[in-house]
Amino acid sequence: MSSTVTPPADAPAAAAPSGKTGRVCPEDLQKAQTGGSLFDLHDLQVHFPIQQGFFKSMVATQKKYVHALDGIDLQIARGEILALVGESGCGKTTLGRTLLRLEKSTGGTALYKGLPLNKFSEKALREYRKKAQIIFQDPYNAINPKQTIFDIVAEPLLVNQVVHSEKEKEARVIKALEESGLRPARDYLFRYPHELSGGQRQRVCIAGAVVLGPDLIVADEPVASLDVSIRNDILKLMVAQKETLGVTYIFITHDLSLAWVISDRIAVMYLGKIVEIGETEEVVKNPRHPYTKALISVIPVPDPTKKRERIILKGETPNPIDLPTGCRFHPRCPECMDICKEQTPTDIHLGGNHYAACLRLP
Amino acid sequence: MSAATAKAKKGAPAAKPAAEKKAARIEHPGLLDVRDLKAYFRLSAGWVKAVDGISFTLEPGESLGLAGESGCGKTTAATALIKLLPENGRIVSGEVLFDGINLAKRTEFGMSKIRWKEISMIFQGAMNALNPVKEVGDQIIEPIRLHDNIGEKAALARAKELFELVGINPKRIGEYPHQMSGGMRQRAMIAMALACNPRLVIGDEPTTALDVMVQAQILELIEKLREELDLSFILISHDLSVMAETCDKGVIMYAGRVVESGSVEQIFNNAEHPYTRRLIKSFPNIHEKREMVSSIPGDPPNLLYPPPGCNFSPRCERCFEPCTSVEPQLTEIEPGHFVSCHLFGVPDQATQDAASADVAATDAHLAAALEAEAQ
Repeated sequence: MSSTVTPPADAPAAAAPSGKTGRVCPEDLQKAQTGGSLFDLHDLQVHFPIQQGFFKSMVATQKKYVHALDGIDLQIARGEILALVGESGCGKTTLGRTLLRLEKSTGGTALYKGLPLNKFSEKALREYRKKAQIIFQDPYNAINPKQTIFDIVAEPLLVNQVVHSEKEKEARVIKALEESGLRPARDYLFRYPHELSGGQRQRVCIAGAVVLGPDLIVADEPVASLDVSIRNDILKLMVAQKETLGVTYIFITHDLSLAWVISDRIAVMYLGKIVEIGETEEVVKNPRHPYTKALISVIPVPDPTKKRERIILKGETPNPIDLPTGCRFHPRCPECMDICKEQTPTDIHLGGNHYAACLRLP
Repeated sequence: MSAATAKAKKGAPAAKPAAEKKAARIEHPGLLDVRDLKAYFRLSAGWVKAVDGISFTLEPGESLGLAGESGCGKTTAATALIKLLPENGRIVSGEVLFDGINLAKRTEFGMSKIRWKEISMIFQGAMNALNPVKEVGDQIIEPIRLHDNIGEKAALARAKELFELVGINPKRIGEYPHQMSGGMRQRAMIAMALACNPRLVIGDEPTTALDVMVQAQILELIEKLREELDLSFILISHDLSVMAETCDKGVIMYAGRVVESGSVEQIFNNAEHPYTRRLIKSFPNIHEKREMVSSIPGDPPNLLYPPPGCNFSPRCERCFEPCTSVEPQLTEIEPGHFVSCHLFGVPDQATQDAASADVAATDAHLAAALEAEAQ
């Protein structure tokens, strides 16, 4: 994958942390570069070892791994919405978690503002957590039903010890709630989650994420459990926050049509790799990888007069333990050639920001 | 109420000789005719009007989509059709004419002859609908042996046939649900629904919670089976785009009532009800301009205390005077296209009075039922 993606000139310059034993200190984070991309991932790998019984582990010749992420090259710009799209098990959530450092990478590099994520010291991580937040799928379970909205949104402030007075706390909570579209915020402060609708709850979750003023929010299927009629307002809110607060959103979804509505760029993932990435309009209107083509062709369209040719792939995603040789998509690929079974495709530049990894491409 | 019963009994083919019976079945206008069906749930606080007077018809071999947001009563409607409502649920009034037989009045024993043999259901969430401690094959054999008087071997052969039909290797007949993937389990559920050659299959969100690609596979399978077996199909889905692709007819529900029904072309290209229009717009269409439409403001009403008049009036942008006081009736605005909205004519005084008398009768009936229970 890495051959055609050239790292930006200014990126890895700061990859020399000042702390002892090469750890990244909180001071490094404060001094971190202000230009360049927010994240730089090079050949990032996250492999999970498979738990085996005692006997098997003695006899087995080699340890087996789940290849959740296997060679991700990606640059994430500041203030963009990047959608990660793919079937379940393609590694999109793992990638999101790795960016948050909830998962440690097992190979390759992941740089946050030029600093290696894996080398963060405890204190630096605590600093980092203020800058990287997550929104979960299900707003019904993600917030504590026994806390008031005020307590829920204020909790990150208390945990991170960033407020020093009640007044400041209240001001920041109100600001976050208003930024998340719960206006007037004072009406919501002392209500409980059960008094709110699904959409309002998701707004509370978003308020809890933005209250610390993060650079990055990973939104893992944030509207999947919401009704269609209220979905759009949540999506709009995310776009607005991107514009007004400069937050970078990683939008994880299995639904390409949602990604199409909201994102600036789309990365299509398959079995731990990004198979195609580019500007949203470009990827959706002009898909080049057979997997992307198939994904787009099966999106149901709310228009019965449009009968399209659907490319339905056979079977399901193979397990990420024993990966297929060559191109990992070849067993399901409708355009598979002999060479695909042996040779691993590299990223092909297709103009602009559009890359795809397929051997059929010139 | 009693008049309706008498009419249904008179119309029931059971009362006619065999030869005539067959003729009567063909003559019947549709396979399924649901008329003003009301199914309520009893809570300590009162009655939840989950399904409050829905009507639609289904011709043999047709597929109908029942769509709406969560809580609009679409699953309740489907379970009411085959009388599988939970214990606190009750069909309060209305008729479900299946081939001329009023299912709403049928006894539990009578229903057991209909369920699976005539009407079967693919349940939501194949993960939970299959019994985890029984082999999938055994679960499919169960209804076959119950309805068709055949031996275990013949039933097993039939189950294998079904597996082949839905695209699972028949060798996997002895596996447990946990050994199968989500898509495979959904296929097994479909095999189970087809076990006794039913004429009508109800799919309750058959593809929700499945991956996009698996969803496409399952929908393709359902379409193929419908053609091969000449099935009638009711698809219950919150996803209007799925309905647009797989159904001939659509029924859009909101807060327990039908707001619009018609052919999918009529609904998607010529939607008239303000709710249907907004709902369709909410679905992103990658073949059109990239834009984000606004959500529909407000929330669906609490069906324990539905608003007076039209249920959608509190959220409707085109709400005017009668909307908040007079309940709209389904009106045919073009052949086969029904809309329940005052924009297409406010019902006259006589109809209004009849409707309110009907509501009063239902309320009295409910109160009486509660009293009887209390004693």
